[in-house]
Amino acid sequence: MKRLKSNFLNMFLVLSGITLIAAYTLTSVYLHTKDTIQKSLLTKQLSDVNSVLPAHASVDTLPVVIKEGDENLKVYRAYDSTGNIVGAAVESSSNNGYKSRIDIMVGFDRSGRIINYNVLKHDETLGLGSLMQNWFRTGKSSILDRNICNCNLSVSKDGGDIDAITAATISSRAFLFAVRNAYFAFTSHVETVSKVQQSKSDSTMNVIESISKINKYVPKTR
Amino acid sequence: MKDSGYTIIVKGLVTQNPVLVLTLGMCPTLATTTSALNGMSMGLATLLVLLGSNIVVSLLKNIISDKIRIPAYVVVIATFVSVIDMLIHANFPALHESLGIFIPLIVVNCIVLGRAEAFASKNNVFRSALDGLAMGLGFTLALTLLGVIRELLGSGKIFGLVIYSEHYGALLFVLAPGAFITLGFLISFLNKLKKTLTLKGNKNHL
Repeated sequence: MKRLKSNFLNMFLVLSGITLIAAYTLTSVYLHTKDTIQKSLLTKQLSDVNSVLPAHASVDTLPVVIKEGDENLKVYRAYDSTGNIVGAAVESSSNNGYKSRIDIMVGFDRSGRIINYNVLKHDETLGLGSLMQNWFRTGKSSILDRNICNCNLSVSKDGGDIDAITAATISSRAFLFAVRNAYFAFTSHVETVSKVQQSKSDSTMNVIESISKINKYVPKTR
Repeated sequence: MKDSGYTIIVKGLVTQNPVLVLTLGMCPTLATTTSALNGMSMGLATLLVLLGSNIVVSLLKNIISDKIRIPAYVVVIATFVSVIDMLIHANFPALHESLGIFIPLIVVNCIVLGRAEAFASKNNVFRSALDGLAMGLGFTLALTLLGVIRELLGSGKIFGLVIYSEHYGALLFVLAPGAFITLGFLISFLNKLKKTLTLKGNKNHL
């Protein structure tokens, strides 16, 4: 068969035909995979949330979203079997990374103590900033078990209590900024809710008193 | 004279290897080969696109007139890439995350459009499919090799399997310059190999 001539009708019909078939294929594949993609995103989100929380029975499926500057912080509250809040996981981020945005998930218990953290997404230099996933877990650079009530979560160069990653101060600053923001979101939401739910226990009082102290550390605008 | 099936395969894998000889599609080659697994998955995704687009272009070659061939090929390739992107996202979410933007970018990988234009539009379906497969395998092989070398020298692992402690790895190889250095050495090695083989072949002829 000879190749078709390049006249207007031929070109119009063939291109329209090809694009229509392409559109049909794409739509059917999209509809076919949509649910699975949605499900896998949800599973990932759930495992991210669960990995940083203290022992709990259930967790919010829809987060409370708090706007702080340009960042949207998502708070997932966790409950024990009787429905009391045992802590919360906060998805926080910072645009001040060495290369770009850093997304982290930080888990707090009721008193605001950091249980665990997880770096969800970053584009920091390999071998330097990228060490943050494990760096802030041991020794003088650990943020685990810390509570902003009695600890200044900024790098020691800026007068804080946390040792920055060697040769990656900018990444460390951005990371700790996101952690402080997460703490701010946690206190501004979880404590007000639990205050209504429970009579004021000592630990709650402690946290509420210290909110003003924390807000000093949290840069509102960058 | 048309190439035999055997020649098509050898061309795709070695003598006209897309990465090491034609040096087409350098963007994914350099960017995604930080580990052997990433390189291989990128190669396999490209292989599927190449195979699909070569078959469809070859089937449609007679109804696509010359003036609209480029837009028509691009639509076909883009469709395959989007389909594969969605399938990977649905079935291998972790892989999708690590390859990120580079899967949609297969659309603009020169090797795919290059084979559609240079081979599939002039050959029958069977030969085009064979060419897509061979070129795709050559691409996958080169990317996997690059990934293995960079992962081994950079972080002491092969396919995530620890060979030696990461502390002794040369970080350079995981970063961008390592990609260029490794690729350069691989190309020079292949050239040397080809030269030696040709010399030997000539001697036999004489």
